[in-house]
Amino acid sequence: MLRFLIRRILFGILVLWIVTLGVFLLFFATSDDPAARFAGKSATPATLALVRHRLGLDDPLPVQYWHFLTRLLRGDLGYSFATQSPVTDMIKQALPASLSLILGAAVLWLAAGIVAGVISATRARTLLDRGITLAVLLGISMPAFIVGLTLSYVFAVKLQIFPQTQYVPIQNNPLQWFEHMVLPWITLALLQSAIYTRLTRGSLLDVLGEDYIRTARAKGLPERRVIYRHGLRSALTPVVTQAGVDIGVLIGGTLVTESVFGLQGIGQLTVQSLTIGDLPVIMGVVLIAAFFVVLGNLVVDVVYSFLDPRVRLS
Amino acid sequence: MSLLEVRDLKVSFDTSDGLVQAVRGVSFTVERGKTLGIVGESGSGKSVSTQTLLGLTAGALIDGEALFEGQDLLAMTDEQLRRVRGKEIAMIFQDPLSSLHPLYKVGKQIAEMIRQHEPDVNKAQARKRAIELLGMVGIPEPGQRVDDYPHQFSGGMRQRAMIAMSLALNPKLIVADEPTTALDATVQAQILDLMLRLQREFDTALIMITHDLGVIADLADDVLVMYGGKPVEHADRRSLYYRPHHPYTKGLLESIPGSTGAKTRLKPIGGQPPSLINLPTGCAFHPRCEYVMDRCVTEEPLLAAVGDKDGFPDLGHTSACWLPKEAAGLDAEAENLRQEAVALGRSADSPAATVVDAGEAQ
Ligand SMILES: Nc1ncnc2c1ncn2[C@@H]1O[C@H](COP(=O)(O)OP(=O)(O)O)[C@@H](O)[C@H]1O
Ligand code: SF4
Ligand SMILES: [Mg+2]
Repeated sequence: MLRFLIRRILFGILVLWIVTLGVFLLFFATSDDPAARFAGKSATPATLALVRHRLGLDDPLPVQYWHFLTRLLRGDLGYSFATQSPVTDMIKQALPASLSLILGAAVLWLAAGIVAGVISATRARTLLDRGITLAVLLGISMPAFIVGLTLSYVFAVKLQIFPQTQYVPIQNNPLQWFEHMVLPWITLALLQSAIYTRLTRGSLLDVLGEDYIRTARAKGLPERRVIYRHGLRSALTPVVTQAGVDIGVLIGGTLVTESVFGLQGIGQLTVQSLTIGDLPVIMGVVLIAAFFVVLGNLVVDVVYSFLDPRVRLS
Repeated sequence: MSLLEVRDLKVSFDTSDGLVQAVRGVSFTVERGKTLGIVGESGSGKSVSTQTLLGLTAGALIDGEALFEGQDLLAMTDEQLRRVRGKEIAMIFQDPLSSLHPLYKVGKQIAEMIRQHEPDVNKAQARKRAIELLGMVGIPEPGQRVDDYPHQFSGGMRQRAMIAMSLALNPKLIVADEPTTALDATVQAQILDLMLRLQREFDTALIMITHDLGVIADLADDVLVMYGGKPVEHADRRSLYYRPHHPYTKGLLESIPGSTGAKTRLKPIGGQPPSLINLPTGCAFHPRCEYVMDRCVTEEPLLAAVGDKDGFPDLGHTSACWLPKEAAGLDAEAENLRQEAVALGRSADSPAATVVDAGEAQ
C-alpha cells in the first residue's frame, strides 16, 4: 500500500516536471521579447539590455530553466507583465473562489447524479428511466451560460432570493459565502449531474449483469441489499474515478460559470491573461491547473485502492 | 411427495431478434437426498430451466409448475421465494471467480448469507461458522483464509468456498451448474469427490448440470438429457449409460474420452446446436442425426418409454425419438435394429435424404 502510494506520488511529480518543461519552452516559443513587454514600448536599447540581464534572459536556456525551476519550488512564479504584481499572489486570490465553486458543486452533482443514476438503472426502460434520460440529454446539451443567466435572472434579479454575483470569502462571512455560491453551484452541478447520472446508470447496469449479483440473489438477500451493497458498491468505482479527474480539471478553469456569476477564479484569470498575453500569469495558471489535475488523479488512486482490494494488494 | 417436481416448464425470452424459446417443456422430479444429472450441450436450456426455479431469470416468460415440498416455486411472491433461496435451495455456479463478489472477503460473503436467514446469529458467530465451513470443504488454515478476498484464492479454492456457502444453511437441495467446467482436470476430480462426500454427509439432494456425461457417471441417480430446450432422454444412470436410445445421448456418450473402450477414438457430434428462435421442424435434432428418417423432418417425437431387451416398455426410461423403442444400446444388435429402421424409413427422394446429403457436404 505504502509502496503503491509512493509510486503514484513519484509519477505525479514526473508529470508535473514535464509540464514545467513544457510551460518553460512555451514561454520562449511564443514570446517575441519578454524584456520589451516588461520594459514598456518607449524603452531604449540600453534599458532593454539591462532589463534582459536583470531578468536573466541572456543566460543559456538550461540555466534559465534551472532558475525558473528553483524559483518555482520557492513558490515564486514571477511577476505579471500587466500589473507587475506577483503571479503567486494573483493565483492565491483567485483560488478560493474556484475551489469553493468546484468542491461545492461536486457534492451536489455527485449526490444528484448517483441518486438519479440508481433510480434510472433499477427501473431501466420504464417511463421514469426514459424521463431521466430525457432530462440528462437536456442537461448535457444546455450551454452553461444559458443555465447560469436564467438562474441568475430568475432567482437573483426577479425573485431576489439569492444575491447577485461576486465572491465573498468564507472566512469573512460564511453565510454570505454560501448565499453567493448557491446559484453558481447549481449551474455547474446541473450539467455535471447529467453526466454523472448517465455514468452511474451505465456502470450500475453493467454490474447488475455480473455473475456475483446473481449469487447475491441466489443467497436470498433482499433486492435492496443486492442493489446497494453488492451492485452500487462496485458501480461507484468508475464514478469516483471520474469525479477525481473532473474536479482536478475544473479547478483549473470553469470559465463560463465563473464569469456569469462574477467569481474572480482561476478560469477568469486564465482568460484575462490570455487576452493580453500576460505570459507569467499564463504559465502560473497552467502550472496550477496541472497541479490540481495531478492531485485529483492521485486522490483517485488512493481512494480507488481503498475501494478495490485487488488494487491494494497487487 | 417428491422434494422437487417440475412439470412442463416452459421459459422464453422476448428479444429484439425474436422469441428465444430457451426451455420448451421440461418435467423431472428430484427425491430427497438423490442426485439428478442434467446433461446437454451449451445452449440446451440447462441453466435457464434451473435458475428459473429460483426466479433468477429476469425478464423471462414462464409457464409450468415447480412444486418444492408441494409448494409451487413459480407462483411464490418475491419475499416467499427469497426465503427459499440459499436456505432451502442453494446454487453453485460455473465460474467461481466471477460468482464471488470481488470487493468483499470470502468469509464475509458466507457470513452475510447466514445472518440474512438467521437474524439471531451475531457477526462473531457467523464468522466462526464461515471458518468451520471453509475448513470442512478443505481450505487450509481457514481461520486466516476467511479474511482473504476471492482473487487471493486459487480457482479450486474459490469453488470450494462456493460449496461451503451452498452448505451453510444445510439446504434440502443444491443446484450445481457446471461447477467444474471452469477448473482444470485434477481439480475437477477433487471438487467432484468433495461434492459427493458432502452430499452423503448432509443428505442433500443435488441437481448436477454438466455438458460432459463423464462428470456425472459416478454421481447421478437419474439423468435427464436436454437438446434444444427439451428433454430428449430420461433414465436412471445404468440404463442411460448402457442402453442409450436417443442418437443424441449416444453421441454424448461417444464423445466422452475413453468411454466406449480405449480403441474407439473420441467422436464429437457434428453440426451446430439449433437456433432457439427458429427451431428445425419435426425432431429438433434431425439436421445433425445420422439416423434421420422421413418422419423425423415433419413429425416431432414425444418422450415415450424405451423397450427392454425383450421389447417390454421400461417405464423409468423414456426417449423422444422415432427409432424403434427396443433399439437401445451401443452394441451391434441395437445398431442393426437402427439401421433396419433407417432403411425402411428413408425413401429415395425423401426430405431425410436431403438432410443427409447436406450433412455429408459439410
Ligand atoms: N436473458 C436471456 N435473454 C435471452 N436469451 C437467453 C437469456 N438467458 C438465456 N438465454 C438463451 O437461452 C438458451 C439456453 O441457455 P442456457 O440455459 O444458459 O443453456 P445451457 O445452460 O444449457 O448452456 C441460450 O440460447 C441462451 O442464449
Ligand atoms: S427422431 Fe429421427 S432425427 Fe430425431 S433423433 Fe430420432 S432418428 Fe434422429
Ligand atoms: Mg449453462
